[in-house]
Amino acid sequence: MNRRTMGKTLLGLAGAAAVALSVGTAAAQDKLKVGFVYVGPISDHGYSYQHDQGRLAVEKALGDKVATTYVENVPEGADAERVIEQLAASGHKLIFTTSFGFMNPTLKVAQRYPDVKFEHATGYKRAANVATYSARFYEGRTVVGAIAGKMTKSNVIGYVASFPIPEVVSGINAFTIALREQNPKAEVRVVWVNSWYDPGKETEAAMALIDQGADVIVQHTDSPAPIQTAQDRNLWSVGQSSDMTRFGPKSHLTAIVDDWNGYYIDRVKAVLDGSWKAVDTWGGFKDKMLFLAPYNPAIPADVVALADQIKADIMSGKRHSFQGPVKDQSGKVVIPEGKSATDEQILKMDWYVEGVQGKVPK
Amino acid sequence: MSAELSLIGPILAAMLAAATPLLFAALGELVVEKSGVLNLGVEGMMLVGAVCGFAVTVKTGSAPMGLLAAATAGAATAALFGLLTLGLLANQVATGLALTLFGVGLSALIGQAFVGIPLKGLPKLNIPGLTDLPVIGQALFGQDLLVYLAILAVPLVHLFLYRTRAGLVLRAVGENHAAAHALGYKVIRIRFLAVLFGGAMSGLGGAFLSMDYTPMWAENMTAGRGWIALALVVFATWKPLRVMLGAWLFGGVTIAQLHVQGLGVDVPSQLLSMLPYLATVLVLVLISRDVARTRLNAPACLGKLFHPDA
Repeated sequence: MNRRTMGKTLLGLAGAAAVALSVGTAAAQDKLKVGFVYVGPISDHGYSYQHDQGRLAVEKALGDKVATTYVENVPEGADAERVIEQLAASGHKLIFTTSFGFMNPTLKVAQRYPDVKFEHATGYKRAANVATYSARFYEGRTVVGAIAGKMTKSNVIGYVASFPIPEVVSGINAFTIALREQNPKAEVRVVWVNSWYDPGKETEAAMALIDQGADVIVQHTDSPAPIQTAQDRNLWSVGQSSDMTRFGPKSHLTAIVDDWNGYYIDRVKAVLDGSWKAVDTWGGFKDKMLFLAPYNPAIPADVVALADQIKADIMSGKRHSFQGPVKDQSGKVVIPEGKSATDEQILKMDWYVEGVQGKVPK
Repeated sequence: MSAELSLIGPILAAMLAAATPLLFAALGELVVEKSGVLNLGVEGMMLVGAVCGFAVTVKTGSAPMGLLAAATAGAATAALFGLLTLGLLANQVATGLALTLFGVGLSALIGQAFVGIPLKGLPKLNIPGLTDLPVIGQALFGQDLLVYLAILAVPLVHLFLYRTRAGLVLRAVGENHAAAHALGYKVIRIRFLAVLFGGAMSGLGGAFLSMDYTPMWAENMTAGRGWIALALVVFATWKPLRVMLGAWLFGGVTIAQLHVQGLGVDVPSQLLSMLPYLATVLVLVLISRDVARTRLNAPACLGKLFHPDA
């Protein structure tokens, strides 16, 4: 091939690419473009993975009407605004920002793109075109607490926790209330690792708790390392965000699994038929925003029945995770008999209930 | 009180395990720096070693093959650094930082197919009678092979550096590369070999995490341990025994603070999380407070570029 023909070939290729590109955009224009922003890698098999499962469910359900894009590993900071802006500028009409730290960047970009709809997970600031959504994960912790209360022999539960924010603290409390309802002698020991994801440190925390006598390890961090540690020591564990059974088949009692599939499909449909509104959604078991991973076959049938009953009662509204009387560590009744914690109380929770050792770090 | 005392044994055992990845990486980097090269890419090399060790173990089912792969992969990553800084005279600090970023990305790419796969950890030593000894049994006789290997590497590195001719030459190259060159030593070749050794040790440190400590692959799973290893080398004033002391101290305080939290002692957990860094730096600075001696230990040509014709 001489230089001239090569030049021509290149020109031809460029022309073909340009045509392909314009066809691509034309096709995309007919479809609703939906963007997703994740804080972690979709391969984390935990939090971001579950959000991406939701995206895939949208593709599967509405694939002929939507085109989805995702950006993973987006740090919670100035970079997030750039990524969200990029999605908005490239024609995405609905954008899900899936981590708490994306709150302010989402609102800033939303102001500049009033015709784009935004959905921010786990936040509390809304606007005309910004909706918020989250799941009542504490409901899952209530069921898990009851199971742990029945399974523990040492009456010490080890809790590997990430950061002392209300979501995690309310989870510890919901767990402890249900635990002690089944087993008043049981206590919860909490170790904060100050990270969402550090397998080494999560293992060290689980080991420390086990050495102090814990025989059930519960976690509110994202890696399956605590499950592996518990499996190694022939003790029980509870998974977080996704089904972690394969990391400790003997140890894994169940896991509290996030499920965004139904919500994401509903919201995309709402945009498609024009009924979308900037509302706040905080759903639990009944809204199918979380579920429990398959129970370990080693759990006795009566405990499974108990767990299922508690779950059913939560779904029917017969039972609330923070149903009075709830006492704090000093024995003071914070939620009186006959009442349940308000959403506001749960969203601002910064105190431990009776039965948790230590103090909430301030 | 006896409940708290009975925790000493588990804390000691956990301390040695927690210190192992730091010890591998820091000993490797110590040799590299003694030859006059500063490689800030430890974190990246650890990650590449971690993912390759894990992947090969999963594929072949053989842990020794995995360890070999981890060391080789770490050394290969380091070879890239050597090529750029020793061959093409690129800036060592910038290249090292780039190597870490590169290692994070490369390991994530290689690891995509291996996320979410569990692995069985390495077997632990169990000598009936000895392993069951109170307090020290589990710490001394109940660890796995890599923990002992890391500790064994400390006297070996020390003996190599201070008792062998090759070690003397390596130190001479690090102190004054022009003089070593004038004496006929191959400065570039010696440094390149040191860099390869550093990479292999970092790779092993990473593999300890992915194959044994938390037997799984997860992106960025070293979580900053490479940087701690780098800091240990400097604060230990380039002495192998002090590196070990520093790694044990760091591991020990990390484990102890988790226990303190579990026992419900009323100290803010954020403060406790800071404690390992604080204690390690403080102790090592106190040991090396003699400025003149510290200067003697620091390789005079650290980070300086060398070209035989210059």
